[in-house]
Amino acid sequence: MTHTVGEPIRDTKTPEGPIEERWSKRRFSAKLVNPANKRKLHVIVVGTGLAGGSAAATLGELGYKVTSFCYQDSPRRAHSIAAQGGINAAKNYRGDGDSIYRLFYDTVKGGDFRARESNVYRLAEVSVNIIDQAVAQGVPFAREYGGLLDTRSFGGAQVSRTFYARGQTGQQLLLGAYQALERQIAAGTVTMHARHEMLDLIVSDGRARGVVVRDMVTGEIETHLADAVVLATGGYGNVFFLSTNAKGCNTTAIWRAHQRGAYFGNPCYTQIHPTCIPVSGEYQSKLTLMSESLRNDGRVWVPVKAGDTREPGDIPEAERDYYLERIYPAFGNLVPRDIASRAAKNVCDEGRGVGPGGLGVYLDFADAIARLGRDAVEKKYGNLFEMYERITGEDPYSRPMRIYPAVHYTMGGLWVDYDLQSTIPGLFVVGEANFSDHGANRLGASALMQGLADGYFVLPTTLGDYLAGGPYGEVDQEAVAEAENGVRNKIQKLLSVNGTRTADSYHRELGKLMWDYCGMERTEESLRKALARIPELRAEFWQNVKVSGQAEELNQALERAGRVADFFDLAELMCIDALHRSESCGGHFRAESQDADGEALRDDEDFAYVAAWEYRPEGGPVLHREDLKYEYVKMTQRSYK
Amino acid sequence: MIRNVDAVTATIERGAATAPVASHEQPRPPTAARNHKGGFFRSSNGKKVVMAVTGAVMVLYLIAHMAGNLKIFFGAADFNEYAAFLREIGHPLVPHRTVLTLVEVVLSVSVVLHMWSAVSLARRAAKARPVKYAARPKSQASGYAVKTMRYGGVIILLFIIWHLLDLTFAAVNPAGPNGEPYQRMVEGFAPGRWPVTLFYVVALLLVGLHLRHGLWSAFQTLGLAGGRRERPVKLAAAGLSALLVLGFLSVPLSITIGLVK
Amino acid sequence: MNLTLKVWRQDGPSDQGRMVTYEVKDVSPDMSFLEMLDVLNERLILEGGDPVAFDHDCREGICGMCGMVINGVAHGEQRATTTCQLHMRHFKDGDTVTIEPWRAAPFPVVKDLVVDRSAFDRIIQAGGFISVPAGSAPDAHAIPVKKDDADSAFDAATCIGCGACVAACPNGSASLFTAAKITHLGLLPQGQPERDKRAKAMVDQMDLEGFGGCTNTGECTAVCPKGIPLSTIAQMNRDYLKSK
Ligand SMILES: Cc1cc2nc3c(=O)[nH]c(=O)nc-3n(C[C@H](O)[C@H](O)[C@H](O)COP(=O)(O)OP(=O)(O)OC[C@H]3O[C@@H](n4cnc5c(N)ncnc54)[C@H](O)[C@@H]3O)c2cc1C
Ligand code: HEM
Ligand code: SF4
Ligand code: FES
Repeated sequence: MTHTVGEPIRDTKTPEGPIEERWSKRRFSAKLVNPANKRKLHVIVVGTGLAGGSAAATLGELGYKVTSFCYQDSPRRAHSIAAQGGINAAKNYRGDGDSIYRLFYDTVKGGDFRARESNVYRLAEVSVNIIDQAVAQGVPFAREYGGLLDTRSFGGAQVSRTFYARGQTGQQLLLGAYQALERQIAAGTVTMHARHEMLDLIVSDGRARGVVVRDMVTGEIETHLADAVVLATGGYGNVFFLSTNAKGCNTTAIWRAHQRGAYFGNPCYTQIHPTCIPVSGEYQSKLTLMSESLRNDGRVWVPVKAGDTREPGDIPEAERDYYLERIYPAFGNLVPRDIASRAAKNVCDEGRGVGPGGLGVYLDFADAIARLGRDAVEKKYGNLFEMYERITGEDPYSRPMRIYPAVHYTMGGLWVDYDLQSTIPGLFVVGEANFSDHGANRLGASALMQGLADGYFVLPTTLGDYLAGGPYGEVDQEAVAEAENGVRNKIQKLLSVNGTRTADSYHRELGKLMWDYCGMERTEESLRKALARIPELRAEFWQNVKVSGQAEELNQALERAGRVADFFDLAELMCIDALHRSESCGGHFRAESQDADGEALRDDEDFAYVAAWEYRPEGGPVLHREDLKYEYVKMTQRSYK
Repeated sequence: MIRNVDAVTATIERGAATAPVASHEQPRPPTAARNHKGGFFRSSNGKKVVMAVTGAVMVLYLIAHMAGNLKIFFGAADFNEYAAFLREIGHPLVPHRTVLTLVEVVLSVSVVLHMWSAVSLARRAAKARPVKYAARPKSQASGYAVKTMRYGGVIILLFIIWHLLDLTFAAVNPAGPNGEPYQRMVEGFAPGRWPVTLFYVVALLLVGLHLRHGLWSAFQTLGLAGGRRERPVKLAAAGLSALLVLGFLSVPLSITIGLVK
Repeated sequence: MNLTLKVWRQDGPSDQGRMVTYEVKDVSPDMSFLEMLDVLNERLILEGGDPVAFDHDCREGICGMCGMVINGVAHGEQRATTTCQLHMRHFKDGDTVTIEPWRAAPFPVVKDLVVDRSAFDRIIQAGGFISVPAGSAPDAHAIPVKKDDADSAFDAATCIGCGACVAACPNGSASLFTAAKITHLGLLPQGQPERDKRAKAMVDQMDLEGFGGCTNTGECTAVCPKGIPLSTIAQMNRDYLKSK
């Protein structure tokens, strides 16, 4: 037995009534805090990405006393900065039939019926306000000659609802939130602590009341207390070592909160992005995403014959397999992310992959260049081509690009109710760090939307309601001491092992194991293998890792080791979740559950629920089910043939 | 339809944050509180503006001065008459030499202010980079003229002093303080005094370089060079600098090679 | 390929610091510069030494966290490239590579190649924003913006706040960074109400932090990974003068 089953979750605090009215209802029922008292109410926000940055700025503006943390040297560097493609909003500026309802519908369906309807509807509802807010802040979205905002269609949507700022939408949105945050810092409502890493959560009387952080410059362990804590610490894709996440992305904050009692929702839901630059060697430290928009004009192919090592230009048309166009004639190269990723894996498994190690497929622009001319292609994709050239040293105008899928996003995260509150009262979780809204698969351009919806609009209301229910009394000093000591001991332990392998080398090994056994395709056998191997590797890590330097200084080796230690634990939970969910859905593909065409086969009878895991130090985690009901969108199987 | 709003407005008597919030960091006062004092002329931008405006004054003077110098090609009488005219501008409305003195004062003030800005900006720069790079920084902007600004400026200053002693006060001029302006010119750059001419040439080339960057830079400083105007302004700066150098050089060179006697 | 690295090592803000020489062997041309340093660091850790501290995060040229002066050039000689995107194929076997932190008084060294760039945040705090509380914004289409203005604003807004401009500037000036933000917000209709105040406050803050004054050398644009143009500085100067 890898786990035990506990009580299902019955109350998600979702208001009753027609779905269109639920959010207004909740807003009205939310208790308000007297403005004069807001200044005395203290909120900690960990993370300064789109979710945390917008939340801290908004809470500060509302008058709360906010303390904010990030591990980078400036809040502006959170990994939201790297998002390229765009942000969805149901503005229907094109009059092409978009609506809040349609965005809601597409998101529920795109999530393969594993998201909570009410949350998704609210997301679609506030999406329109996000664009207004961003424009007012000076986010330079792309515009048309008439001066109005341009949009494009993205990730298989049939309407054009994605707003963008060239290939740097995340950057521009984050800078908007960052500037709002800096304004509050200047106004004195927000105190910012950059280069601080959260290492534990303080729970007193069953409520989240503070955090223990390490000052990454001096190594000092500090405790910060507050009336509520918000985690906005992003995704945990780095458990795979190689991913499109930033090097510092980690699970530490949410994992420690999980250990303190917050349930972890759907940890196994991982999104793999089909168009990334392939690995070039063992030293590879991260993977770079190439925007999905490339698939609009590029054609994906591999040689027909396995082991064909000829230069791509020397392979005649007849000996090329444009496999996406062949298998999915209706959608061709534009099939959804998970399908494109898996198809690439399959052809590479057949030995038909290209480039070093045979882990790559071609994305060929020769036809597009012939059809549109080099200039037109350059205009559309110039910056992406340049980026590709910089990294690979190959010229994509004359030689097809090589691409391969890579881990990109984690739909799983801490379980939250409709109010974005975790199972620990007073602990709110926003952005990619929570599990909400995307179900088993996230649609392109929806993560930015969710982060900002949470931070600018949802959290400020629901958190106010929680705070209005206080005061929650003194913090138990013993809880503080216990947490601080725990953190110190863990650091000392890491430093004292003094073994023979670096933390990075363990991380690499863990990542490879996860990629092979809990990656694009999972089987009971692979997952059991992983579950056997992870504890061994973790035990070895704790006996043989080598961390140089001291605790009381800037020590990047120590930072990494601490994160890797938490990734081991998370990896195990991911495998347990993936093993128990014997259906395929969205980004979770269980080879045992596929239809005759090899497509993912859901099992709604047994698995139409959120798996919320409770931490247990011994005896494996406890599964709590939150059943999902679909009152508005009818459950169907996806088909892209 | 909002009923009984009070019922949903909870009032909290006191904040619940309890233990002190640990922080070793020095709380930074919000920016507004540490407002900048010292005003325009102490700001780096203000100094730049002073530099640009005084530079522009000097450039205007140089243009006029060069045009005057070229009169030498029309012969001694013309040139001397022009020199005398300079002292008579505005007469009889104002006494002799009023305008010329005014010009001299404005120029002196400009030179002083210009240098003051240059020196204080250079000192600011030195303070902003107390530790130098071990690897010799390689210029990525291919701006040779830029590099000559500071030491070139000093050489230009030395030149101006010498130039005044030579041709204005004639202290070091063979024709002596009582010579006619034309005579001073011709004797000052006589073929036998070629090293003087050489110094003059070198200094003027430096002035040319100084202005090639300086003129464009002044436009930039005053916010007049941005965007699509950048290239034209740069070209014009280079053109005007070249013109000034050629115009100024033509006189001593002609004298030294014996074209003008 | 094999390389000789001369790296600035400094234990902390109060340490004197020194250049230390390391030999690195078998560097693959496909490695990024930071991956080459990763390999060196792995070795240093196992040898019981102290790995070279350097800032980095996204490793795809967008977060602005990485940055070192390589052979005297901020972010290395490859144009329009951050350190993390610089690849070893631009180096030759046997090369000696000097690696130093950004050098500027307002960017004190924290450790080795890590510097404190919080001065940039404070420049933004002084006025690099448009004041708009969440929930109070008019419909996005209420304010049309000329495409040219929107595009130019975007160009200026792509600054990643890396600080290479300061590192490269012979005067240690932060003008390009400050001007990029002033230009971005100043070109948009939404930015007009606070435009004059913004320029003044940000420029004054820049002085207060101890950055040098600009003499339009153009070294900043030349190394800027995002190619922020010098014309933004003209715009900043114009706005600053107008605010007087
Ligand atoms: C390459 C790439 C491209 C993408 N493109 C798109 C796109 O086009 N459209 C779209 O909608 N989505 C896109 N996404 C997804 C989207 O960008 C992210 O999901 C989203 O930005 C996450 O925002 P966040 O605020 O939750 O977290 P992040 O932006 O990751 O912020 C996390 C914050 O938490 C802090 N933090 C983390 N751990 C700790 C700790 N232990 N202690 C203290 N602080 C901590 C960090 O410092 C940071 O400030 C993309 C993602 C990637 C990687
Ligand atoms: C007396 C000695 C002089 C010194 C020390 C000097 C020095 C300098 C320096 C250091 C600069 C700034 C360089 C830069 O912007 O990069 C400068 C700019 C300039 N100088 Fe001079 N200079 C001198 C004489 C002159 C003269 C005689 C003229 C005019 C003929 C002149 C015209 C200018 C102009 C127009 C600028 C540009 C101002 C700006 O940058 O906005 N300078 N000078
Ligand atoms: S202006 Fe360029 S060099 Fe300077 S901080 Fe911005 S991106 Fe970096
Ligand atoms: S690491 Fe993000 S820009 Fe280099």
